[in-house]
Amino acid sequence: MTGWPRLAGALLLPLLAACAAPDQGDTLVFGRGSDSVGLDPALEGDGESFKVCDNLFETLISYEPQSTALRPLLARSWEVSADQLTWTFHLRTDVRFHDGTAFDAHAMLFSLGRQFFADHPHHQVAGAYKYWKDMGMDDVIEDMWAADDSTFAVRLRQPDATFLSTLGMNFCAAVSPAAVGQHGDGFRRHPVGTGPFRFAEWRRDERLVLVRNDQYWGEPAFLKRLIFRPIQDPSVAFLELKRGSIHGLDNLSPELIAQVEADTNLQLLTQPGLTVGYLAMNMDRPPFDNRLVRLAVNCAIDKQALVDNFYQGLAVPAVNPIPPIMWGHNDAVEPYAYDPDRARRLLAEAGLPDGFETELWSMPVPRPYMPQPDRIAQAIQADLAAVGIRARPVQWEWGTYLDKIFDGQHPMALLGWTGDNGDPHSFLYVLLDKTAAQRPAQNISFYRSDPLHEVLVEARRRSDPETRLRLYHRAQEIIHEDAPWVPLVHAEQTAAFRADVRGFRLHPTGIKWFRGVRLAR
Amino acid sequence: MLAYLLKRLAALLPTLVGISLAVFLMIHLVPGDPAQIMLGERADAQTVESLRREMGLDRPLHVQFLHFFGDVLRGDLGRSIRTQETVGREIASRFPATVELTLAAMTIAVLGGLGLGLLAASRRGGPVDYASMVLATAGISVPVFWLALMLIYAFATALPLFPVSGRLSAHLHLEPITHFYVLDAVLRGHWVALGDALAHLALPAVALSTIPMAVIARMTRSSLLEVLGEDYIRTARAKGMAARQVLVRHALRNAFIPTLTVIALEFGYLLGGAIITETVFAWPGLGRWLFLAVQSRDFRAVQGGVLLLASLFVLINLAADLLYAWLDPRIRYDR
Repeated sequence: MTGWPRLAGALLLPLLAACAAPDQGDTLVFGRGSDSVGLDPALEGDGESFKVCDNLFETLISYEPQSTALRPLLARSWEVSADQLTWTFHLRTDVRFHDGTAFDAHAMLFSLGRQFFADHPHHQVAGAYKYWKDMGMDDVIEDMWAADDSTFAVRLRQPDATFLSTLGMNFCAAVSPAAVGQHGDGFRRHPVGTGPFRFAEWRRDERLVLVRNDQYWGEPAFLKRLIFRPIQDPSVAFLELKRGSIHGLDNLSPELIAQVEADTNLQLLTQPGLTVGYLAMNMDRPPFDNRLVRLAVNCAIDKQALVDNFYQGLAVPAVNPIPPIMWGHNDAVEPYAYDPDRARRLLAEAGLPDGFETELWSMPVPRPYMPQPDRIAQAIQADLAAVGIRARPVQWEWGTYLDKIFDGQHPMALLGWTGDNGDPHSFLYVLLDKTAAQRPAQNISFYRSDPLHEVLVEARRRSDPETRLRLYHRAQEIIHEDAPWVPLVHAEQTAAFRADVRGFRLHPTGIKWFRGVRLAR
Repeated sequence: MLAYLLKRLAALLPTLVGISLAVFLMIHLVPGDPAQIMLGERADAQTVESLRREMGLDRPLHVQFLHFFGDVLRGDLGRSIRTQETVGREIASRFPATVELTLAAMTIAVLGGLGLGLLAASRRGGPVDYASMVLATAGISVPVFWLALMLIYAFATALPLFPVSGRLSAHLHLEPITHFYVLDAVLRGHWVALGDALAHLALPAVALSTIPMAVIARMTRSSLLEVLGEDYIRTARAKGMAARQVLVRHALRNAFIPTLTVIALEFGYLLGGAIITETVFAWPGLGRWLFLAVQSRDFRAVQGGVLLLASLFVLINLAADLLYAWLDPRIRYDR
């Protein structure tokens, strides 16, 4: 044999070997649309970062595996003072960080204190404690301290029923003070928590590897290694899944759903998510200051058709701003039925028998709550035209779009929301309270209702669930009556896995926990 | 020669100032406030404002540019807004992947392009000439996106010879030394990883090579045809030299100069990262990173990244110019 064939053979043999079905043992590879930005739970703001943090870090309190009901995690128990202001948490004493240091009340004080105390040595960071600011934690918390090694306490400025739910969010997770001290800003690349997996390796845009934490305080994970692989092109990701080189992927594009269902080697998981996609009518601009016109728009849009055509059935038509799986949803609210005739009558009653001209703004990018905003806008445009509302479609680049709609330059605009802690407050107050209607506004209907404001403020202050439930039901009635939006759809979350993957459950908040996942062999 | 080199290097500075200014203006003039885009639906007025201040976006444009250029002169390309990682580090972690893919694609392109060009020129006007030029035209006109997906369907799915995407199978562990996986696998003696890395490289390299291969083939053909009409070729033939020897030893070497220019240019383009190929094949290179940076208006990453790549492009062209003299002794840079 001469040199060339021998060399070719030497190269080809391992090449063919490499292409044979790989033996992955206890390793699970999870595909996703893009890489994480960083891995410090307090600094990140994107889902791809949290997806990894969910498995590295833990919070005092967490959510039940398939609901937003609360369960103890790093805190064994907790109590609140009679004035509803001081919360005391009794911590587990058998927990260690991945670097071997002990988890205690001082570590918890460090983890939250670096975000709260302006004079904390780690308060100044490259980046920002985004979620802490987003959730308005500085206005919620007055002080925090470690009463002893296993007792951590927080004093609030005023009673706040959403506080416990918020503590379950990623940004409130315990981080190793030693590791933060050692790595500083580099902690985002060298995360150390208490979770069932610990960080092993990160090659940007290629793979992020976690390994099982064998010293985990609770039931350890089944998987030895968990690898996250970014694959941007959805059809390529699907081919990888079909071939078995990845075991699962999330956020399936709608056109792939049928293919996953048809393939016996694959399983499709769906879960109603905490999202809403809506059409906001700007009440500062006529004719949307007229309630009859807003009702007409509500009756003119065929939501079921949107669900069938653009969500492959994996969504439900929305009645209220909050999704039906969320605690506090008012099932008694009667939806405005799709009724073009009634829409025309309402317009005539409003003094617009010939309809009117307006603009319909839509996002230029797919969002979790609305995968195809431009096509949905076209469908809505056709529905509106059928009752005489001639809406010109308008699109802007994403940043400009947000700028302009927060500034109220639109007559009608599509947008949506994803909740993170399962409390109705995080939808209703943030999106529809009158305080949110100041420019730049989150309340892009510029809906200003005093009765609603009173109800929402009261609901946040009250701690007994019965009263809160009553108040949130009332809030949804007020909103339904005034109709500042057309609540369109609540999209479901999707994920596809190889048939041999067991134990993965989609969580309403989008959390991805892999501790209970195993490969059936 | 040395004087020429110094002169060219000195000319680099105004080029780089120009590039910096152009890149800076472009990223600052396109619509979309970076702070707004980063915060998305959750942006409230206060947070947007404080983020704008933190990023220095509240200062006048010329002040921002002077700051940026001053930092560049100190060798500081800044930090990515999105990841807070230094731009130098961001680039360094992705550059090897891009270089590896570029080298593989250019190897295919140069061998294929020279071969096709030679074949076409030596059989001018015949069916072989037409066939190879049709192939070259197809190489330029087929959309890379389509070709990449077709390659995946054909050779990774229907006929599962190659992996679908990525750089290395997830279950394989290869401790990087140079971060060029093919080289690392050889250095570590990890032959399974070598085969795996080569298999992963194959399809994206082929997809990426088509355009440069077509350009090189056409250039080789036309400059060869020009040289083949020269007197010294006739002389060589008259001396009774074999046709093949005339073509390869006399004609090709002289015809190679314009081809070299094209190769250098194509090499420079590819080093900038191939957005489409990298995206389809989930190849963790520079193109994908830069694309994402533009999308999220991470202006610091874009400024630093483009500046560095543009400098590299200019340097590669300088290197090509210097190679001319080596190829053709008549070219002198003394004056």
